[in-house]
Amino acid sequence: MPSFPRAADASTRNTQLRANLRHATHTIRAKRATAVAELDDWSRLRAAGAAIKDRTLRHLDHYLERLESAVTAAGGHVHWAADAEEANRIVTELVQATGEREVVKVKSMATQEIGLNSALATAGITAYETDLAELIVQLGDDLPSHILVPAIHRNRGEIRDIFAERMAQWGRPAPEGLTDAPADLAEAARLHLREKFLNAKVGISGANFMVAETGTLVVVESEGNGRMCLTLPETLISVVGIEKVVPTFQDLEVFLQLLPRSSTAERMNPYTSTWTGTTDEDGPRAFHLVLLDNGRTDTLADTVGRQALRCIRCSACLNVCPVYERAGGHAYGSAYPGPIGAILTPQLRGTGSEVDASLPYASSLCGACYEVCPVAIDIPEVLVHLRERVVEGGPASVRGTRTVIKPAKGHAAERAAMRAARWTLDHPRVLRTGQRLASRTRRFHPRRLPGPGRAWSDTRELPRVPEESFRDWWQRTRGESRTEGRKTT
Amino acid sequence: MRVALFITCVNDTLYPRTGQAVVTLLERLGVEVGFPDAQSCCGQPQFNTGYRHQTEPLVRRYATAFRDYDYVVTPSGSCAAMVRDNYPRIGAKAAAEGRGQELADAAAEAVPKTYELTEFLTDVLEVTDVGAYYPHTVTYHPTCHGLRMLGLGDRPRSLLAAVRGLTLVELPGAEECCGFGGTFAVKNAAVSAAMGADKARNITATGAEAVCTVDNSCQMHIGGTLARQGSTVRPVHIAEILASTEGNVW
Ligand code: SF4
Repeated sequence: MPSFPRAADASTRNTQLRANLRHATHTIRAKRATAVAELDDWSRLRAAGAAIKDRTLRHLDHYLERLESAVTAAGGHVHWAADAEEANRIVTELVQATGEREVVKVKSMATQEIGLNSALATAGITAYETDLAELIVQLGDDLPSHILVPAIHRNRGEIRDIFAERMAQWGRPAPEGLTDAPADLAEAARLHLREKFLNAKVGISGANFMVAETGTLVVVESEGNGRMCLTLPETLISVVGIEKVVPTFQDLEVFLQLLPRSSTAERMNPYTSTWTGTTDEDGPRAFHLVLLDNGRTDTLADTVGRQALRCIRCSACLNVCPVYERAGGHAYGSAYPGPIGAILTPQLRGTGSEVDASLPYASSLCGACYEVCPVAIDIPEVLVHLRERVVEGGPASVRGTRTVIKPAKGHAAERAAMRAARWTLDHPRVLRTGQRLASRTRRFHPRRLPGPGRAWSDTRELPRVPEESFRDWWQRTRGESRTEGRKTT
Repeated sequence: MRVALFITCVNDTLYPRTGQAVVTLLERLGVEVGFPDAQSCCGQPQFNTGYRHQTEPLVRRYATAFRDYDYVVTPSGSCAAMVRDNYPRIGAKAAAEGRGQELADAAAEAVPKTYELTEFLTDVLEVTDVGAYYPHTVTYHPTCHGLRMLGLGDRPRSLLAAVRGLTLVELPGAEECCGFGGTFAVKNAAVSAAMGADKARNITATGAEAVCTVDNSCQMHIGGTLARQGSTVRPVHIAEILASTEGNVW
């Protein structure tokens, strides 16, 4: 995976992609603002959401054990997965035990995160995505680029072409003469997917929330396709990150207001499905819950970074992020793009790889993400915190063990420059000498900079160094008498 | 009332006219200002790039340099936000790392007296009409740190609205980041340039003669992009507009 700046460099040149993203994010951004403005207690809801999540995270072990006993009491089975590999193995074995070779899937970030589809494919099991946007991604042999709308980078024309060319290879072909009208595309997907729903014996989902007190899982969605997968198959396997637990059923009251308004700008999402274990004569006969860690307890161990675990995956931060809008979701090299991806991925995966070490820098720190986040995650704060980990190293929890990690490679020159700058700035007389030197040589300054500065002068004119710094002007015009604090130098 | 200027390293080195405008303006409003020579950079470039430890001496320096003053006024939303938001964090982390309480105390001393210029005018001096005259069409770009970290809100706009001769035109997408972001402009050059180009296009489309900000750093990025696009819109710091009078148009 290339670093974020390199991947983004390519995507910023893709004018079609930028136009698609700009249109989609600006539309939803404006709608979200309206939906949020309707509630006069939004800031209190937001604070409540953050508080519930924080309290749950502080006692996560307790709530997870409660959840496990509640799910088991209701007839479900709970499995614990420390990492992606273990989770994939558990799910594969569960599917194999049913004797089936096909599964239908409810859109889920957790299964994207662990790469479940390709793990199942390796075992000869085909996973069919049933969310419309996930279907577009799957048929197009593509990767998701947005948390809520994985095919946000595609426009209607591109989707029509994908359906017409690829549907036949995965099942029912697209109707003849398919147009790019939204109703036509939706109808083609409906016919294609209906066959899958009616034949599937195994469904795989994630969950938006898990209620510890009752063992209930919750999925919210807009299409109803998820509900088909949750109710029709005989076996249901849900893979869920451990941070998705909430203590009580009543806590949903807060999140079912925060989530739809933030994500789709709806007052209430069209479909809310909840399920608790198994029931005779209704729904799946077997229910398995796979609780996924995969770096979450390491994240929890970091007092600044842990707030990322409050995330309810609404994607509001993506839709408002100027960097996401230009770079596109693929540049983030992970299932989690955008601002939340920039803080979550380097915590879940560590900062060892080139792309993971570049993610905390994929932001101008403008703060728009923090402003919209319904659970008040201070994303800029975490970004800067993770930047420190990249350039200076420091204490971190890695697979459950406290260690001191080394700085990422390739920052030696920058570190030296920062030290030198610090020294100069801490010695104002030296700073003044440097300013005077720059002023005196101002006629010889190049209009193009060498080295890392080239990135600046490639697209922007450099400011001219003035004849005199402010410091010197002050001294010349106001003199020593009113210049104070000199002795501290 | 003892008031000190914190002129910031960017203003000092590249935009001394902004600093001079602040002095002119405040003195016109009857404020006697001092400039402690021991001041330096607020440390934001280092801090935001991940070099928190390199920032510590600058926190200490700031607290010492401004110790004798009641107020510190700076013509930068970004640097004011650095002091107000991040100095306490730097102090708390130093304490948590077992290096004593000294830095936390220094931060605690610096935070409450640090004001961005427009805040100082409206909240401390309680003026919105500063008697300025600026006969130009101006559009206003609210910089991110001023807007979201400091919460400047309508302060700059109300100050501009009271300037005689000035026509304020709305900037489409005003609240979107210009793409500067300190070292972001270099580390993520392509995205930064794309953001800057969109911002510059929006500014030019307003038909304004000048684009006003509360931060020289964003102004440098926006101005550099406008110039490269061949636009004639001038970037101007709000202090320079407010310092401008009928007898002396800045
Ligand atoms: S970080 Fe906040 S805004 Fe972004 S997806 Fe998560 S909950 Fe939504």
